Amino acid sequence: MKLPDEPLGPLKRKDGDPTFDEPWQAQALAMADTLVVTGKISAAAWAETLGAELRKAADTGAPDDTETYYRAVLAALERLLNQSGAAEKSEIDARRDQWERAYLNTPHGQPVQLSAGEKA
Amino acid sequence: MTEYNADKIGEIHRHLHSELPSEPALRVKALESVLVEKELFTSADIDKWVDAYTEKVGPINGGKVVARAWVDAAFKARLLADGTKAFDELGFKSRVDSDLKTVENTASVQNLVVCTLCSCYPLHLLGMSPTWYKSNEYRARAVRDPRGVLREFGVEIDDDVEVRVWDSTSERRFLVLPQRPPGTETWPEDKLARLVTRNAMIGTQRDLTPESL
Repeated sequence: MKLPDEPLGPLKRKDGDPTFDEPWQAQALAMADTLVVTGKISAAAWAETLGAELRKAADTGAPDDTETYYRAVLAALERLLNQSGAAEKSEIDARRDQWERAYLNTPHGQPVQLSAGEKA
Repeated sequence: MTEYNADKIGEIHRHLHSELPSEPALRVKALESVLVEKELFTSADIDKWVDAYTEKVGPINGGKVVARAWVDAAFKARLLADGTKAFDELGFKSRVDSDLKTVENTASVQNLVVCTLCSCYPLHLLGMSPTWYKSNEYRARAVRDPRGVLREFGVEIDDDVEVRVWDSTSERRFLVLPQRPPGTETWPEDKLARLVTRNAMIGTQRDLTPESL
């Protein structure tokens, strides 16, 4: 049996970590899981693509942490949607830029609307 | 004076525009708004999911399955024979078309679940997976050195106990049925369900402790 003052191993130390560090991580997983559950993405394709993104992250020396995991989730989601044509990368890129403009155009404290990012 | 200027600049900046989200947060916003327009889901679907999995769904659903198996031998037999059907009986229908197999711990067997490819996990029974379950370290070491991994969780497995490692896939997920701890013979099923921890159902905890309730 383990003594209470015995140092915990690295895995056990992570045991109490919050599952999400930031809201976008939960939202990314929510989108992916919803698309799998509703059959828009097959469970097999999801596992394979996420696995490939995780491998890529590990191979490029990304830290083995929550941020890396959810960045892989987001990358896998974008890749599958681009491949199937459901949402092409160019469309997401353009929308990302529009959100960025919307944030920059919206005074602090006011709700940010996508329309605020439309090109003049 | 410098300080004053820095504060002033900061204040002007804050008033000029809203704080820009991080790069992944911007891309998530982009994806969500595009996919909602394409009617792949609604914003409410995503909000509901986040709400459920960050606040409501925990390991209690899995705990209910384990507790039922402890008190009802016929259910346990059905659970071990065909998990998916037994889960349906309790109303925990599999959300995706994947098989859910229950593996039983005994005095001579400890089961340990991993997903070496990515992070396949029975979300609807156990809630969100812990961060270590998704780490490269766990995924790589659970198969290679399961006893070492268990030791890190404070679980010493005697040499005469076999450790079985189950690798989850998109087609098959696993739930560990832990042993019922002594001293809980008179406990009602709902109390037993609360005793069962997430880690026990993944296999990184062997002994459940009645004193914890």
